[in-house]
Amino acid sequence: MDRKKLVLIGNGMAGVRALEELFALVPDAYDVTVFGAEPHPNYNRILLSPVLAGEQDFDDIVLNDLAWYAEHNIRLHLNCKVEQIDRENRVVRGQDGTEAPYDVAILATGSQPVILPVPGKELSGVLAYRDIADTQAMMDAAATGGDAVVIGGGLLGLEAANGLMKRGMKVTVVHLGRWLLERQLDETAGRLLEDSLAARGMDFCLEAQTESIVDDGAGRVAGVKLADGRFLPAKLVVMAVGIRPDTALAEAAGLACNRGVVVDDTLRTSDPSIYALGECANHRGVAYGLVAPLYEMAKVLAQHLAGPSEAAYQGSLLSTKLKVTGIELFSAGDFMGGEGCEDIVLSDPAAGLYKRLVIKDDKLVGACLYGDSADGGWYFKLMREGRELAETRDRLMFGEAFHLGDAGHQGMSRVAAMADGDEVCGCNGVCKGTIVKAIAEQGLMSVDAVKKHTKAASSCGSCTGLVEQILLNTLGSDFQESPKTRAVCGCTEHTHGEVRAAIRDRHLTTIPDVMRAMNWRTPNGCASCRPALNYYLVSTWPREAVDDPQSRFVNERVHANIQKDGTFSVIPQMKGGVTNADELRRIADVADKYQIPMVKVTGGQRIDLLGVKKDDLVNVWKDLGMKSGYAYGKSIRTVKTCVGSEFCRFGTQNSTQMGIDLETMLGRMWSPHKVKLAVSGCPRNCAESGIKDVGIIGVDSGWELYVGGNGGIKTEVAQFFVKVKTADEVREYAGAFLQLYREEGFYLERTVHYLARVGLEHAKAKVIDDAENRKALYERLLFSLDGLPDPWEERVEGAQQHEFKTLEVL
Amino acid sequence: MEANNNWKAVCALADIPKLGSRVVRRAAGDDIALFRTETDAVFALTDRCPHKGGPLSQGLVVGEAVVCPLHGWAIQFSDGHACAPDEGCTGKHPVKVVDGVVWLSPV
Ligand code: SRM
Ligand SMILES: Cc1cc2nc3c(=O)[nH]c(=O)nc-3n(C[C@H](O)[C@H](O)[C@H](O)COP(=O)(O)OP(=O)(O)OC[C@H]3O[C@@H](n4cnc5c(N)ncnc54)[C@H](O)[C@@H]3O)c2cc1C
Ligand code: SF4
Ligand code: FES
Repeated sequence: MDRKKLVLIGNGMAGVRALEELFALVPDAYDVTVFGAEPHPNYNRILLSPVLAGEQDFDDIVLNDLAWYAEHNIRLHLNCKVEQIDRENRVVRGQDGTEAPYDVAILATGSQPVILPVPGKELSGVLAYRDIADTQAMMDAAATGGDAVVIGGGLLGLEAANGLMKRGMKVTVVHLGRWLLERQLDETAGRLLEDSLAARGMDFCLEAQTESIVDDGAGRVAGVKLADGRFLPAKLVVMAVGIRPDTALAEAAGLACNRGVVVDDTLRTSDPSIYALGECANHRGVAYGLVAPLYEMAKVLAQHLAGPSEAAYQGSLLSTKLKVTGIELFSAGDFMGGEGCEDIVLSDPAAGLYKRLVIKDDKLVGACLYGDSADGGWYFKLMREGRELAETRDRLMFGEAFHLGDAGHQGMSRVAAMADGDEVCGCNGVCKGTIVKAIAEQGLMSVDAVKKHTKAASSCGSCTGLVEQILLNTLGSDFQESPKTRAVCGCTEHTHGEVRAAIRDRHLTTIPDVMRAMNWRTPNGCASCRPALNYYLVSTWPREAVDDPQSRFVNERVHANIQKDGTFSVIPQMKGGVTNADELRRIADVADKYQIPMVKVTGGQRIDLLGVKKDDLVNVWKDLGMKSGYAYGKSIRTVKTCVGSEFCRFGTQNSTQMGIDLETMLGRMWSPHKVKLAVSGCPRNCAESGIKDVGIIGVDSGWELYVGGNGGIKTEVAQFFVKVKTADEVREYAGAFLQLYREEGFYLERTVHYLARVGLEHAKAKVIDDAENRKALYERLLFSLDGLPDPWEERVEGAQQHEFKTLEVL
Repeated sequence: MEANNNWKAVCALADIPKLGSRVVRRAAGDDIALFRTETDAVFALTDRCPHKGGPLSQGLVVGEAVVCPLHGWAIQFSDGHACAPDEGCTGKHPVKVVDGVVWLSPV
C-alpha cells in the first residue's frame, strides 16, 4: 500500500511511452496518476497527417484506450490542465482543483505551436496544427471547399497543405525561406519537391513574409496580406511556423528552463524528484521535435524509475521523412556540408532524382535523398554507427544493394525498393505485395497481426525487420511497436515480465492458476502462451510445478524433432562430441534395423538419425541405449569442443574434458530458448566459442568466458564476461549466468536478446561482482537439475506410452 | 450422423489425454486423429493438415481447435476448417462418447 506516487503531467506520446516502458520493467511499483489537457486518451500525434489527408480515422490512431489506463490502475484526469506544481508540498494541482500528491513527477507537456505576432492572428479561422481539435477544425473548414493559406513550408506545413488540398481546398503555402524544407533539404532537392507539389496543384509564395491576417468584418479571416503587398484570399489560415517547448508550468514552479525544461542524462530536472521528457525537455542544449528521440528518452527514464540504473540518454541523431503519399524524401544529419566536408552528389532533375551524401573524416555525416529514399535507413545506420567508409566509399552512392554481401540480414531499408512480387519471407514464400495488401485491407497495425494474416515472419523470424519496415512504409508514419504490443500473445494484455513476476510473487504453480490469476481471455490459452507458461512454471518452481506435456510443442513432448513428412529425427547425446566404437556400432545397428533413411553428422558434433517413424521411437531409443541429446528442446543442446591440450600442439587447457563436464552438469536443463556452449583450448577457437550462448576459451593462465553469442539467424559475437582460473570456477560462473538467464529470460529469447534487454552490466553485477548471489544462483541451478530423469529412459520404461501407440486399425 | 451405422468403439475416454490426442490407423485411407478438449468433448478429424499435410494429432489443442505442428495453422473441430485467415479443410468424422467409451464412425 505504500507504493510511491507517480504523477505524469501531459498525456501525450512521450509521457505515456515512459509509462509503458516502466510497466514492462516493473508493473506494480508505482501508484500512477495522469493529467491530460486534451479530452482524449493517448493517441499517435504523428498520424494526424494521414487523418487529415483522409487516409486514416481518428479511431485508428489511438495508442492506449481507456481500458488500458484502467488495467494499469491509472488515475486519469482528462480535460484537466495542470496549473501548479507545488514543490514544497509535492502536490500537483489541476485547473478544476483536482490535487495529486507525488513522490516523483514527470513533465511531458510537449510543445506549443508558434503563433506569428501579426495583426489578425486571433481571428476565427486561424489555426495551428498540433492536436485532434486543430485537425477536426481543418476538416470541418475543408468540408465546404474554398481557399486556404498555410504559413510555413516545413514538414508540418506541407503535410497540412497536402491534407487540405486532398480534401478539396485550394491551398497556397507562404514560406519565408528561399526553398521548401530548408532545414531538411538543400536547395536542389527543395526545388524538386516544390515542382512535384506544384504539379499536384499546390501554390507557393516563397521568400514571402506575412504582414497581417485580414478580417472579413465579422471577426472571421478573409485572407493574408504579404509584406510585398500581395493579398491571398482565404477562409482558413494554418500557421505552421515552428514549435516552442511548453515550459509555462515548469517555469512557474521555478525549475531551470532554457528553451525547454533543462534535464541531465538521467532526464532529471533541477528538482531531483521531477523528471521531464519529450518535446518540452532540453537535453544538452537540444529540444527535439520528433518522436524517435523521445522513445529513447522514455527507455532511459523508465530504467531510472524502476530502480537504481546507470542508463544515460546521450542525445539522438535525427532523420526525417515527409508523410505525403507518393513523395519520397529523406534527410538526416548534417546534409549541408561545409568546412572539412566532402560531398558526393547524384543529380538527375529530369528523372526527379537527387541524392547528396556528406562525408567527414571518412565517415558519412549527412544524407539528403529525393525521389528515391529506399536507402535512407541504411545511410542513417552508417551515420549512427559512425562506420569508417574506407573502400566502400566508391560505391556508397549506389546504396545498400551493392553492399549486401557484407550486410546479411542487417539491411532493413530495401523494402521501399522492393517490387510487389519480391519475396519477403523465405520460409513461407510471402511477397511484399501480399503484405502491403493485407495491411491496407485488414487494417493491420502490428508485426503480430501481419504474422497471423500473412504468415510472413512467423517461422524463422529473420524477415521481421523487413515486415516492420513494410508496416512503417505502408502506415506512412514512424511506426514503432511499443512495449504494450509485446504482450505474451493475444490471450492476454500482460507482458512476459508481468507473467514471470506474478508466477514468482504469487507462488502460482499450474497453468490454470496463472490463467485465472491473470484473467486470461481464452479458456486454455494458445500455442504461443501455453509453452511459455509451462516453462516459467517449471523454471520458477522446480520439483513443485508439474510439467504439462500438453503444453509442450510436439518435439518436447515426444523428445524428437518432427520432420516435414511427420517422421522424427533422433539425436543421442554425445558429450563434447566424443564417441567410441561401441556407440557407433549400436547407431549403425539401429539404422539398419529400423531402416532409417539418413544418418548425418550434425553441426553440433553428433549424429542424427533422420526419418524415424513415431511408432519406432521408443524401440530406437531402447536399442541405442544412449541418452537424449535434447536436440529438439528449448533446452541445453550441445557443448562443442576442440581436441585441446591432450593432443593439439597449441592447446593450453583440456577443453574436451571441460566440455564433457559442462554437458554432464547441464544435461536436461530447460531454458527460455535453446542454449549452446563451446569450449576451445586456445584462442584459435576451433570450437567456435565466439558465437555461443556461453563460449569458453582456454588460455595459459586459465579460462575466458564469453556470453550472448549466436550463430543463427543473425550472427552475433559473444561478449567477454569474465576470466577465471579453475575448472570449478568455469562451472560456477557459467552455471550462475545460465541460471540468471533461466530466471529472467523471456520465453523464446536467446541469451543475446536477453542481454540486449537487461544489459551485460546487469549480468556482470549479479554474477561476477556479487559472489554470494553467484553461489546462490549456481545452487538454484543444481537444485533444479538434480534428479531429473532422462526422458528417453523414462519412455523406454513405459511412461506416457499412449503417446506412441496407434489405436485399432479399422 | 444417425443414418450411419458403422460405429466402432475405439478406446476409453481416459485413453485420450485432456487437451491431447490419439491416432486411429485405418486399413485404407488417412489416419484419423481423436482430440479431447478440456471439457471432455471428443472430436475426430482426418490426420492431415489442409496446408501441407502435417499430422494434426501431433499439434497443441487449444479450445476447440488444434494447432498444426508444422507451420502453426489452427484447424477448428466444429467443421475441420482452418481458422481465418487461413483457408482449407480436412475431413471430420462422427464420434460420440457413451459411458466413457469413445465410438467412431469413419466416413
Ligand atoms: C540437425 C541440425 C542441422 C544439421 O544437420 O547439422 C539442425 C537442424 C535444425 N535446426 Fe539448427 N540444426 C543444427 C545446428 C544448428 C546450428 C549450429 C550449431 O549448433 O553449432 C545453428 C547456429 C548456431 C546457433 O544456434 O546459435 C542452428 C541454428 C538454428 C536456428 C536459429 C537459432 C537462432 O537463435 O537464430 C533454428 C530456429 C530456432 O531454433 O528457432 C534452428 C532450427 C532447427 C530445426 C530444429 C528446425 C525445426 O524446428 O524443425 C532443424 C531440425 C531439422 C530436422 O528436421 O530435424 N537451427 N542450428 C543441427 C543440429 C545440431 C545438434 O547436434 O544439436
Ligand atoms: C501533425 C503532426 C505531424 C507530426 N509528424 C511527425 C513525424 O512524422 N515524425 C515524427 O517523428 N514526429 C512528428 N511529429 C512530432 C511528434 O508528434 C511529437 O514530437 C511528439 O508528439 C511529442 O511528444 P510529447 O509527449 O513531447 O508531446 P505531445 O505528444 O504533444 O504531448 C503533450 C501533451 O501534454 C498535454 N499538456 C500540455 N501541458 C499540460 C498541462 N499543463 N497539464 C496537462 N496536460 C498538458 C498536451 O495537451 C499534450 O496532449 C508530428 C507532430 C504533428 C503535430
Ligand atoms: S536444418 Fe536448419 S538451416 Fe537446414 S533447412 Fe532446417 S532449419 Fe534451415
Ligand atoms: S502442414 Fe499444417 S500448418 Fe503447414
